[in-house]
Amino acid sequence: MSFVEYSDFIQDGDVAIIYLSHNNVMPVKVQQGAQTQTRYGVIRHSTDLIGQRYGSKVTCSKGWFHVLHPTPELWTVALPHRTQILYTTDIAFITMMLELKPGSIVCESGTGSGSLSHAILRTIAPTGHLHTVEFHQQRAEKVAEEFKEHRVDHLVTVRNQDVCKDGFGVTGVADAVFLDIPRPWDAVGHAKVAMKKHGGRLCSFSPCIEQVQKTCEALQDQGFEDISTTEVLLREYDVRTVSLPLPDFGPDPETTEEATPAAPPNHASISLKTTTLPREMPGHTGYLTFATKPRT
Amino acid sequence: MSFVMADNGDDDNQYRIKEGDYVVLKRGEIFKAVQIQPRKKVIFEKQWIFLDNAVGQLYSTTFEILSGGNLKPHELKDTASPLDAVEAGTDNRNIVDDGKSQKLTRDDIEALKEKGLKGQDIIKKLVDNHATFGDKTEYSQVKYIKKKKKKYENTVMILKPSCRILAMMYHGREPGKICHLRYDTLAQMLTLANIHAGSKVLVFETCAGLVLGSIMERMGGYGSVIQMYPGGGPVRAGVENFGFPAHFHDTLHEFPICHVNALLAGTLDTSAKDPTAENTHEKQLNLAAEKKQNQPEAEEQGTPEEESMVTNTGDDAGQDVEKTEKDKLKEAKAQVKKLRLEEKQRKLAATVALLKGRNADGLVISSRFHPCPVLLGLLKFLSPSRPFVVYSQYIEPLIECFKKLKECGGTVNLRLTDTWLRHYQVLPDRTHPLLLMSGGGGYLLSGTTVATDHSKPAGSKQAEEPAPKRQKLEDTEG
Repeated sequence: MSFVEYSDFIQDGDVAIIYLSHNNVMPVKVQQGAQTQTRYGVIRHSTDLIGQRYGSKVTCSKGWFHVLHPTPELWTVALPHRTQILYTTDIAFITMMLELKPGSIVCESGTGSGSLSHAILRTIAPTGHLHTVEFHQQRAEKVAEEFKEHRVDHLVTVRNQDVCKDGFGVTGVADAVFLDIPRPWDAVGHAKVAMKKHGGRLCSFSPCIEQVQKTCEALQDQGFEDISTTEVLLREYDVRTVSLPLPDFGPDPETTEEATPAAPPNHASISLKTTTLPREMPGHTGYLTFATKPRT
Repeated sequence: MSFVMADNGDDDNQYRIKEGDYVVLKRGEIFKAVQIQPRKKVIFEKQWIFLDNAVGQLYSTTFEILSGGNLKPHELKDTASPLDAVEAGTDNRNIVDDGKSQKLTRDDIEALKEKGLKGQDIIKKLVDNHATFGDKTEYSQVKYIKKKKKKYENTVMILKPSCRILAMMYHGREPGKICHLRYDTLAQMLTLANIHAGSKVLVFETCAGLVLGSIMERMGGYGSVIQMYPGGGPVRAGVENFGFPAHFHDTLHEFPICHVNALLAGTLDTSAKDPTAENTHEKQLNLAAEKKQNQPEAEEQGTPEEESMVTNTGDDAGQDVEKTEKDKLKEAKAQVKKLRLEEKQRKLAATVALLKGRNADGLVISSRFHPCPVLLGLLKFLSPSRPFVVYSQYIEPLIECFKKLKECGGTVNLRLTDTWLRHYQVLPDRTHPLLLMSGGGGYLLSGTTVATDHSKPAGSKQAEEPAPKRQKLEDTEG
């Protein structure tokens, strides 16, 4: 198991994802002899997990669930939050707009809980590298620990420093830079230094429009091109079958003795496979500002 | 803005435009994918261009289009902005739109263009001849100049292709060819399907190869991609536009879906004659239908005709020498055909070997075909605990897929989604959203496979849907 390579069987030391139900997933560090409590009962790692296929069904005393191979997408919904995180919808858009692919060198700050980091690592493996900067010491340590557990530490360097003061710790190597910090305009200059001479792509994520304005100004001043700001929102549909009753207007005076094929008017209804939208949907995560660094 | 850095020759090489490269031309928000070929006329935005002068230049260079169609690298002159000396008004209360503000006529402007005046200079002339330009507010003046720039600047930028650029291009130029797949939806697909280097991905698409190429880009030449195709041959003209290095194509396989059932049943014979050759009739029909996109393997169809022609003329007496040469030619052609067939069979056997194990890592479906049977048929090739994503321009077919999958079991984490994309104009005191693009992006159904449970039917233990409310039976008055 690793977050950048699939394997078929669960092994001691793996991180597996327990899928209890829709929107209810949890990570499990698989260990010989260990046990994990769930609402369906106890999971005994040695018998229930180790040696089983990923995707297997595990039955406990009060129910059952499936064990899944970790992916960055499952990790994003399962990981323990230390900060507000980026979700898959934004992550997917960022990945494409930054043109990430195997071999890309990426700089990121702040690392936060590592949600985006894992997705980046998956995309740039096996030949790329991620330089990620986090100014909070405990968070930096925790995420470095996770990278190791997830067997991706060879692809990433975590630096505990302030990107706005000290930059990313590298010069002229990055194909892409991602910023998710309170004052991204203070980091634009450092981003430029970290990026390759030939150019690259930059993205800044900010919840507030004022931050976006200041960042765009800084990008313009620093000679970035193709500056554009976008937001992307996810709409999820609930699939369900609904029953719509038909009205009874009384017997039709036009019809003669022909019996209508439909059921007696009282119980007539049409069954419909359709979708409904949830009462509330996420209306805003943050604005994504992209730009291209030209050749310097 | 910049100081000159010593050019590292080797380093730069990969960033220089070469003959034969597949590139993307850009002006503003308009893109076009073309191949750099010597002395070839290319039409872009109603202009004929020759790309010869681009060879040797760096990618992302902006070129001026000279009269005659040749390119010249555009120099950013520090010319005075047309706004420098102009005063501005405060609002538009006294500006009357009578259509008479601009003194230059269309003919005047054409004459300037013919004289070879640069875009910047034409704009300056327009500003100078505008009666009420000085009354406009500063913002209005900037907006005017921007608009004229878009119209009169004669430049084009040459870009290295990427999934991002090509997806935006196809969506802007030919959305019909890609089932109206919007680029952010494509972005979601690539991530939800966990496309990454080293995996084995199955693809069924009729999006001109855009989806296939995007997947290949994210795999970086590692692992394998198997294109399942309907009809006689895989359509993937779009893949060329990515300009992948040759070795990427070693990872690309194809398999005709008309043999899926045989493969699953274990009755597919790969040692015999090429099974796909039987479908020549179907193939011809498909060639006609997909004329624009298809890269026909029609060369092979020419050979039997030629052969029959050769045998006909060989009857003439006194042409023994010619006959031998014609025979040699015939033999040579037959040999080439044989080798090609063998290669095809070899490739097919290799593809079958990849599929037989039913251990693919991901499935992406994006086509005009009804997705339900495609999905149900191809899911069987996936290992358990692997993602799949289905795109459809319409939501109803995906509702059906969702329902079917729930009935059959074997999948979890099913989600039916679409994304909403909104762009913003960000300028001091003028920040606001642009036009809304929602509704045009298509829908996605995603999920993860699990080990199929053969013991019990897949009734959900937790109600995934609340039961429909029971209707109260009301008494009808007589």
